[in-house]
Amino acid sequence: MDAAVALLLAQDGVTNGAIYALLSLALVLVFAVTRVIYIPQGEFVAYGALSMAAVNAGLLPPTMWLVVTLGLAVAIVDSVAAIREGAKARLPLIIIKNAVLPILAVIVVRYLPLKDLAYPVQVLIALGFVVPLGPQIYRLAFQPVAEASVLLLLIVAVAVHFVMVGMGLYFFGAEGGRIPPFTEGGVTLGPAYVQYQTIWIVGIAALLIAGLALFFEHSIYGKALRATAINRTGARLMGISADLAGKLCFTLSALVGAFSGILIAPITTIYYDTGFLIGLKGFVGAIIGGLASYPLAAAGAVLVGLLESYSSFYASAYKEVIVFTLIIPVLLYQSLTTKHIDDEEDH
Amino acid sequence: MKPVIMETSGLCVNYGRVEAIHKVDLRIREGEIVTVIGPNGAGKTTLLSALMGLLPARGEVKYQGQPTLGKMSVDALVAKGMVLVPEKRELFGSMSVADNLLLGAFARHRRGDRDHTKTMDEVFAIFPRLAERRKQEAGTLSGGERQMLAMGRALMAKPTLLMLDEPSLGLAPLIVKEILRIVVQLKGMGVSILLVEQNARAALQVADYGYVLENGSVAVENDAKALLHDPRVIESYLGLGGSHSVAA
Amino acid sequence: MAALLTPNRILIAFLLGLAALPLFAAQFTVTIVNYIGLYALVALGLVLLTGIGGLTSFGQAAFVGLGAYATAYLTTRHGMSPWGTLIVGMVITTAVSLALGFITLRLSGHFLPLGTIAWGISLYFIFGNVQALGGHGGIDGIPPVELFGLELGSSRAFFYVIWVTLLAAIITTQNMLDSREGRAMRCLRAMTMTEAMGINTLRYRMVLFMIAAQFACVSGWLYAHLQRFVNPTPFSLGQGIEYLFMAVLGGASAVWGAVFGATAVSFLKEWLQDWLPKLLGATGNFEMVVFGLLTIIVLHRARDGMWPILMRFIPQRELTRTVEPALALPRRDVPECGSDVLQVLNVTKRFGGLVANNKMNLTVRAGEVMALIGPNGAGKSTLFNCISGVNPATEGEIRFMGQRIEHLGSRAIAKLGMSRSFQHVRLNQDMTVLENAAIGAHLRGRKNFVQSAWRLDREEERRLLWEAAHQLQRCGLGEHLFDTCGSLPLGKQRIVEIARALSSDPTLLLLDEPAAGLRHLEKRALADLLAKLRGEGMAILLVEHDMDFVMGLADRVLVMEFGEYLAEGLPQEIQTNPKVLEAYLGGMDE
Repeated sequence: MDAAVALLLAQDGVTNGAIYALLSLALVLVFAVTRVIYIPQGEFVAYGALSMAAVNAGLLPPTMWLVVTLGLAVAIVDSVAAIREGAKARLPLIIIKNAVLPILAVIVVRYLPLKDLAYPVQVLIALGFVVPLGPQIYRLAFQPVAEASVLLLLIVAVAVHFVMVGMGLYFFGAEGGRIPPFTEGGVTLGPAYVQYQTIWIVGIAALLIAGLALFFEHSIYGKALRATAINRTGARLMGISADLAGKLCFTLSALVGAFSGILIAPITTIYYDTGFLIGLKGFVGAIIGGLASYPLAAAGAVLVGLLESYSSFYASAYKEVIVFTLIIPVLLYQSLTTKHIDDEEDH
Repeated sequence: MKPVIMETSGLCVNYGRVEAIHKVDLRIREGEIVTVIGPNGAGKTTLLSALMGLLPARGEVKYQGQPTLGKMSVDALVAKGMVLVPEKRELFGSMSVADNLLLGAFARHRRGDRDHTKTMDEVFAIFPRLAERRKQEAGTLSGGERQMLAMGRALMAKPTLLMLDEPSLGLAPLIVKEILRIVVQLKGMGVSILLVEQNARAALQVADYGYVLENGSVAVENDAKALLHDPRVIESYLGLGGSHSVAA
Repeated sequence: MAALLTPNRILIAFLLGLAALPLFAAQFTVTIVNYIGLYALVALGLVLLTGIGGLTSFGQAAFVGLGAYATAYLTTRHGMSPWGTLIVGMVITTAVSLALGFITLRLSGHFLPLGTIAWGISLYFIFGNVQALGGHGGIDGIPPVELFGLELGSSRAFFYVIWVTLLAAIITTQNMLDSREGRAMRCLRAMTMTEAMGINTLRYRMVLFMIAAQFACVSGWLYAHLQRFVNPTPFSLGQGIEYLFMAVLGGASAVWGAVFGATAVSFLKEWLQDWLPKLLGATGNFEMVVFGLLTIIVLHRARDGMWPILMRFIPQRELTRTVEPALALPRRDVPECGSDVLQVLNVTKRFGGLVANNKMNLTVRAGEVMALIGPNGAGKSTLFNCISGVNPATEGEIRFMGQRIEHLGSRAIAKLGMSRSFQHVRLNQDMTVLENAAIGAHLRGRKNFVQSAWRLDREEERRLLWEAAHQLQRCGLGEHLFDTCGSLPLGKQRIVEIARALSSDPTLLLLDEPAAGLRHLEKRALADLLAKLRGEGMAILLVEHDMDFVMGLADRVLVMEFGEYLAEGLPQEIQTNPKVLEAYLGGMDE
């Protein structure tokens, strides 16, 4: 392997690593706040990428009817809860937010000349019909069992993964999707030729991570999420409801996932079921961070990207094996340094 | 007479098949300090948890004239000014004192009240020690400071009814004195207070009215000053009265 | 009508129907039921791991693959006998599961599922890429199994092999769970308590993980000889997830939940694959979607799976209601009355900036009741946790029977003859009172899980249960032996904790608020019991708030306040000590 190849692989590794880093941050966030091991995180990558591919080709976002259906379901569930609590005054807002708004959005988007819209507007439309799935899924699948064990939440997460992959095939078909890069071409930096899209990916990932850090450190909602992760009871007593925190972090994770898909789709073909493995690699990063530390998770994810890239060169058939075996030494280290197991399920 | 801010009638709470609270009737009037005292295990913390909507309960609870049981969630109650300072304090250990306080104002922030800096200055005026430690992590505070932070955080919500669960727990007498002085000060600011205490004398000295909880039911209730000299209170605590004080 | 449906008759009808099935059923049905048997064996392992141990694995399909590939490779390339390869497969499985367990089982619960996902994916790719294993094409030409010279080549003949294996696994599993080892496994989730009873929880988690892996490995071996061909597909992560679904949907808390789950999921998938495309007239993975949605709905409605719901409609087997008399267990030597059993010297415990115990000193002697009292938050339970090793002291020295113990864990301390109860009751609410008390006697038995699976532990088991029953009777719970703990009022549950502690034959008994929640007569009975134990030379240290109880029983009383020593003396002295009065009632008088 010469230096040029090595640089190329490094570039690949860092690009993928940046995406994994974004995903692992979302995974750590969701787990810390809601205790859900969010297996379907990867599906948002595929949904984001393939929705963008559709919009870019001038087609209606395929997931829009799912957003409408789930919106109606949320409206019904929330209305029933509101009536039971005797809070009928909330009904109009519930119905407008969850049922009317998505239908209006579908009507508007039907009359838009999607193909001729500017690229960033297309991105917004694609995101607009994928990101709402995050809070909708939280409300329908997770909120009713929010107090259940980590295991039960995990099984529900896997079931949601099944539903999303199955629906993904229906929405997007079995063929993969690709979108044009944000900017065509590239630039020669020293010995290496770097595509502009790579720069976009790394740059935007860095910006997103910085944005998330700012959100958690400086906004009251970000602090509220951190507080929920630290002390659930304490947060509840301050009026930070678990439902609100859950919805908020599922929205963030959907946004991060879908946007990651749009970032990566210009350089990799994405299929309806690609998300699962991408998400799992995000998990490897998250595990390196002990499912708790954001910076460690991000660093771990970049390591995963690099390892994957170099092992695909040396032993491509064993690429996945090598990447997933990476967690063994990490778990071993954590296992030997940890002192106490929490009595979470203690009677 | 001042209007009633919270009232319970026939409140019962079960843990599994065991009834921990049995038919409790309480009444708190605006601007009053009402105390619930009683020995360990009498059900004081359970009572507060049920009032706050943290535990399922039966019977009736009315807050500002509206029924709450099954109707209002914890965050709805907080938004209406009912705030609990729990026995375990439940601070956000790895966050700064200032951030802990800020989150106390979360419910008000959602409603659009954004005067946090001013409110925090008011809290700092009451607890100058917290101002000194504003950058410090809550987990590194001493026991007394933790209780002050827990109370300060609750005050950030500008409570109408403040419920304190064993604020004296594990604190040295001087600090208990200081905390109770602040409770009286808050009453002067118009806050209604439900003070749950094991430390009976101290609580009765600052309260207007008191209830003695024993084995999940109200054993005695009266004006605080009268309870202070009621021998039944001492009996239920120290068992000096002999076997007749043990509820069979 | 209802009388016709006794549990035994249902079981016999099920077994007869099963035995007759290959004789008349269509080939298609036999094939499905064969697969159900194979799936159920894997799911049974997950019931142990998940429902009993509270752990989860997505990697069981990889263990199935290990068993299948081991026999496929060794029989076709090296001409080994299938019986030999079964053993080789199980040895490899043992090694892998112990290694994986060593890495993940010390960590909190969610690392195991993630670790097994990685393991499941890795092994799948290895199967697909190693040329010696046939790559993605797989290995064919696997020989059939021979038993007593009989070649079991047809799937109808193999049906019996599969189902006899499964039923044997179910029976041995049930035997194991109904034993000393099984009780320990069923309490693994309450780790603090279990360790304090001297049980090595890590070891039992390892054992459960290993057994689950073995069941999967055997299922893989059976699969290879049923199919006579293996390729990587059935050992993918996806299949691993499906096994877990079978266990959880069926009901991970009961062994039959595994069989039910495997059956329900197999038929449901078969049915969905047949009907959905026709119904919807479109292609897609709709069976995945429907399957996922059904799972979510079932878990929202029935968190423990479907088996417990089914059981509501079927009459339940009556439990055995007697304890057979047995030889008493050997007892520990009792130290001489009045000799020092426990010495606490300058013990300090800090939590971050909080000093919960500051330089505490106390001594407990054999044949003495020492009471520790003080207002709420004075640090009494903290001191208990330091002494029993549940949460060790930051500084200071603790001697028990002359030996330094402040550096020992709760398990090692329990072995030395100290036993305790907890302020917040820590019992397995679903086990009977007798079983809960028998947990305390764990260290007095020796038989391991293999012996108990094959019922070679019965003599010892009788002695353990007899001891537990004896202690319960002494504590006045003789009529509740076979009630589940959850059905008792809280006060009586506390007494079960005392009986559990007594079953370990302790030298020193630590009781944290034993009288809380008891009625007057029950308190008197408890006081009598403790006085009797004291007479037998036991040392007792108790934390209690009921002053009548304490003052009537204790020989000496130590009062704590703010984590520090306040006073010590005879009960009468303490009752009239003004400092104590003030500590309890508080004082604001200027």
